[in-house]
Amino acid sequence: MSELADVRSYNLMVVNGCPVSGDYVLHEGDEVWFLNKGRVDRDELEKLLYVRHTPGVQKKIAGAVVGVMGLGGLGTVVAGALARVGVGTLVLADFDIVDPTNLNRQHYFVDQIGMTKVAATAANIQRMNPYLHLVLHQQRLDERTIPLLFKDVDVLVECFDDPVMKAVGFRLALTQMKNMGYVGASGMAGFADNNLIVTKQHGPRIYLVGDFVSEAKPGQGLMAPRVGIAAHHQANQVLRILLGEDE
Amino acid sequence: MIISCNGRERHLQAGTTVTGLLAELQLNPQTVVVECNKTIIDPKEYDALVLPEDAQVELIRFVGGG
Repeated sequence: MSELADVRSYNLMVVNGCPVSGDYVLHEGDEVWFLNKGRVDRDELEKLLYVRHTPGVQKKIAGAVVGVMGLGGLGTVVAGALARVGVGTLVLADFDIVDPTNLNRQHYFVDQIGMTKVAATAANIQRMNPYLHLVLHQQRLDERTIPLLFKDVDVLVECFDDPVMKAVGFRLALTQMKNMGYVGASGMAGFADNNLIVTKQHGPRIYLVGDFVSEAKPGQGLMAPRVGIAAHHQANQVLRILLGEDE
Repeated sequence: MIISCNGRERHLQAGTTVTGLLAELQLNPQTVVVECNKTIIDPKEYDALVLPEDAQVELIRFVGGG
């Protein structure tokens, strides 16, 4: 009876991940949530974070481990999207600190200038989803350390700025690290056409995202909108690999 | 001799190495991943590896930004 009273006080009904208004004919197996918008129920918060997911998705990715190499315009956005969607463990690596020139595209805040990028990203993810396991590496990556630090990930996401490291990561994915998924990126500077950015397969569970030509250079800067398009291509491809939808 | 480079026919002098091909294409060897006849080539071999006749070469070039 008390449960019914609670249901009547709620002002949002979600069926199978989608809000529904008015009456709705339920079917066998439907997932239904009655929520009170604006109220934080700490006991239920973890479940409530995933109410808008397509049913079944969160369970499949809660046990997943994803590595993110580089926490700049790509990495902070990829990590944020994967945190919001509930990827259980994120392994994050960057050697740098947050500086004011990062803020035009990287998911940091003015009060985080001077913090290490791994610490600032971890703090931001905690605010989005406090139920994830984070593994942080505050160091510069190279050909030797990448296979060691990321040996246990299901999917590795390359979010470097430096094209030399992008090539290093991709070469490792095609040779030493064939057992995992890989999503790299190349070419997302400036403000060229959105739809030139694509996700291209290069092998089983190996992908590159970008327009492959728009490099960051004088006269063609990196900016939040287009870097964000590429980052979300990467994040969605990670999700597709984890859900077995990528072939 | 003739090789295929990213699906296009390309005429090279016999004896051209991977380093030679990348120089001809004005590509920085450090920002390119080279596949020759379905094998990823270790950058340490670029100077010594002579491309064989009819080699199927794929070059994946990376540009900066992220």
